[in-house]
Parts: sequence; C-alpha cells; structure tokens
Amino acid sequence: MAGREPAYIAGAFEHPTREAPNKSTMQLHAEVAKGALADAGLTKDDVNGLFTAGVPEYRSGLSPLVIADYLGMDASYVDTTDYGGSSYVAHVGHAVSAIRNGKCDVALVTLAGRPRSRGQATGSGAREVRTVQDSFERIYGATNITMYGMAARRHMHEYGTTSEQLAEIRVAASQHAQHNEHAMFQDPVTVADVVESRVVADPLHLLDCCVISDGGGALVLVSEDVREDIDREAVEVLGHGEAPSHHDAGRIDVTRTGAESSGERAFAEAGLGPEDIDYASIYDSFTITVLEAIEDLGFCEKGEGGEFVEGGTLQAPDGDLPFNTDGGGLCSNHPANRGGMTKVIEAVRQLRGEANPEVQVDADVALAHGTGGSIATRHGAATVVLGREGR
Amino acid sequence: MTWEPRPVPEVNPETERYWQAAASGDLLVRECPDCGLVYHYPRSLCPDCFSENVEWRETTGRGEVYSYSTARTMSGWPEDDLPLVVAYVELDEGPRLMTNVDADPEDVAVGTRVEVQFVDTEDEDVSIPVFAPVED
Ligand SMILES: [Zn+2]
Repeated sequence: MAGREPAYIAGAFEHPTREAPNKSTMQLHAEVAKGALADAGLTKDDVNGLFTAGVPEYRSGLSPLVIADYLGMDASYVDTTDYGGSSYVAHVGHAVSAIRNGKCDVALVTLAGRPRSRGQATGSGAREVRTVQDSFERIYGATNITMYGMAARRHMHEYGTTSEQLAEIRVAASQHAQHNEHAMFQDPVTVADVVESRVVADPLHLLDCCVISDGGGALVLVSEDVREDIDREAVEVLGHGEAPSHHDAGRIDVTRTGAESSGERAFAEAGLGPEDIDYASIYDSFTITVLEAIEDLGFCEKGEGGEFVEGGTLQAPDGDLPFNTDGGGLCSNHPANRGGMTKVIEAVRQLRGEANPEVQVDADVALAHGTGGSIATRHGAATVVLGREGR
Repeated sequence: MTWEPRPVPEVNPETERYWQAAASGDLLVRECPDCGLVYHYPRSLCPDCFSENVEWRETTGRGEVYSYSTARTMSGWPEDDLPLVVAYVELDEGPRLMTNVDADPEDVAVGTRVEVQFVDTEDEDVSIPVFAPVED
C-alpha cells in the first residue's frame, strides 16, 4: 500500500482454550476482545470500529449489534462481511480501508465459537435446504468434507497428486504443534499415520481434516496516530486482496481457488511477490485446501503443489516456506469452524518474534490467507501481506 | 442408494419447470440464445450476459464424472444407503452439476460415463436427478 497512510495490527490474542463447555460464545468474544486490547495497550473505550461475523453460532447478519450490545461498545464503523473462515482475513483489509478513510482509528476484529462443546457432528445438515443452491447441492448429501474430497480427487486426476503428498502438509503442521502447549493434537505424525487413518470422504482421510475446537481470537488495528501513542511492537498491513469464487454456472474448476485473485491483489498492493514471503499462514480446513492455496498464491506452478510440499518445505524453521507454525487448524485450533483469525494471529506472532521458539522464523514479511465456504462450490478467499515495522 | 424420501428441494417459480421435468423423466438445462451459454443451476437471467431471453433445453441426460467423493458416514443419511457417492457430472451439453452416482464406489472413476435417472421425493411433482454408470 505504497504512498498511503500506514495501518497496523497493534494487538492480537488467541484464546488458549480448545474446549469451553462452561462458557458462552459471547463470553469468549469478550475474553478475546479484552486480550487483544490488553496486548495493544488500549482500552475498550478506545475502540470505534467493530468487525465481526458469524455471531453467535447461527448465521446472522446482526453480528455487530449482538457484539456491540454485549461488549458495551460505541462504534462509528461496523462491518460484518461473512464468507466463512476467510472473513477475518478480509476484515483486516476492511479495517485498514476504514482507518485510512477516517471512519475509525481503533478497529476490533473478533471471532469465537463453541462447535466442540455443542457436540456438532461434522457432515450434519444433509437435509437442510435453505438457499437456492442448497436445492441443487445439499439434497445430494454435499457437505464440506465431500466437496473438498471432490477437489482432492480432481487434483489427483489432473496432476498426479498423491495422498502421501497431501499427508506431508499434516506432518509439517504436527511437527509445529508439538511445541504449542495449547494445540489440540501435539503428537507428531508421519505420512503413514495420515494415509492409514480412516477414510472420511474418499480420498480424504481423518488426518487430512482439521480439528473441531472451541475458542476464538481477536485483533486490534490502529491508525498511524494511534500507533505513535502506544508502546507495543506493531505489524504493518502492506496489502490485502479478496475474491468470492463460485460454481460459475456449471464451469467450476475444483482445482483452482479464489486465491489466484486475492493473492495477486494483495501482492500488487504490497508491491511484493511470493518470493518475498518469509512465513505463510495458510488456511487449512483440509490438506487439499493448503495445497491448492500454495499453487494459487504463486508459491509454485499450478499442479506442482504435491512436489512442492515434499521434503519438509513447509516445516519451520528450516523449510523454504514455513507455514502454520502454531500447528494450524489441522492440529491446534479451528475455533467456530473458522480458521482465518488464527492465521492472522500466528503471522503477527512470527513478525513480532513471539512464535514458539522452536518454530520462530526470521521473518520480515508474512502472508496470511483464508479460504471460507467450500472450494468445490462457493468460497471466499482473502489474503493479507504483513510486514515487520522497520524491516 | 435407495433413500426415500429424498430431501425436497425448494421449488419456486424460477425452478419449478426443472423439477417437474425431472418428475416426468427429463433433465433440463438453461441456454442463452444471446451469448450461447448453456448453464446450470437454472436462473431466469443469464449469469454471463444478464439476458432474460433464456430458454429451457432438454439434455440427453448423459455425461461423465468430473469428480467424486465417497462418504462412508454421513449424519442424517440412512446407514443402509451408505456409502454415498457425491459427484460432479459434466453433462455432454457442457455444465457440471452436483449429483449422486448410484453405484458401488469401486465402479466409479473420473471420466466414467453416466446417465441420468430420477428418484422420487415426498412431492410427486418433484424428482431428483441422479446418475448411474452406463456402457457407451
Ligand atoms: Zn447470455
């Protein structure tokens, strides 16, 4: 965002809980908001921009009203852009725009949810028919897992990608998770562990899928003026891009994602390219989600993702593209079934040097990418490029 | 896969003809004479050029599997009807539509030729197109 007023992520907080049977979702929102504000050295009364989605536990466009009421906050600007897990990455870009336009100068982004405590069964809702698309999809038992399974199948068919290659992504995440005391699954796994785990939706195995966890996270974004008043290392938002992507009237290509556009836009705004990225947080609802994003963001050619992830490429601290050093959604946390928030938080940790020491990368520039919805029907893609101050 | 009844899709003025045609054994797509797009799912405006001049077109009901995934478990789906093959079928007329392939998963692959068949719902005016492998 050369030539424009800088905007910063000044506070980031991830809820340490993965299981919250005795809390309400709103309580988690409040706890992460408080945590992120404390991290930034700001107070509740400083907040004048509110960004949230998917509150609480049902689809509602009224999220900002629910949040503002519960937290007792006044806001001069609200945004509730919701395309699933990518929303919170998009909110970072939206908050930067609002700050640059003088609509607010301290923006709070929150996410929280309790799908684990609510006993939510993955793949439920096969009979729900609510939108026009449901009438042509859900009646067939289409769920997130079967749809990502179709993406994986077609990727394998076109490019020769193997289950073992997809498994490398889980292996790297699990290597990182062993150093994260909060991660749901902290034991390292092998390629064999992944491909020998139960098939959930052919060709995806249980260990190709992310965790179901409770939890949440929050971010605080601030203007240059506010930045000068706080005593905390901040991270500059260098570029943002987003792109809803869809069935395209029957021409859908399930091997490609909106990351092709969102990544290009984010890199263009930052004046940087994939070669400049020292660390990448990549949304990992499934291993195939990561593989396709890596290709579409330009880290390798289309179809070469399988080879790219072999040989420890994604493993911190020594791989060429260390990713998801908190263990990601595959091993650590997938609060509210939405992982975009934690992708931004770990990128912030990396740039501030606050990642777990065993996986800390020497990073000046990081990328966080979210994929929400389903890549085999409709999904949101959102990408941000973040920089260490004074890099 | 014999689950009956199937979930009933929402039938509205835009899609009624599609579901009724299915109940009488025809699979329809939409075609735009103005720009030539043949598309699915049905919409009253062409999603490429916004023409309202769009027409219904009967298909041969044939196509091939573009991709598929086999669910071994699915909450809400009767155990007897598992595994369930969820697929995109690319019709010979062009569009890819989500559907099921009624076959042993071992007999399904990307590129398998398939033909439409229809399963009933609770609403006798509405049937659901699914596909089954066919010799070409
Ligand atoms: Zn047209």
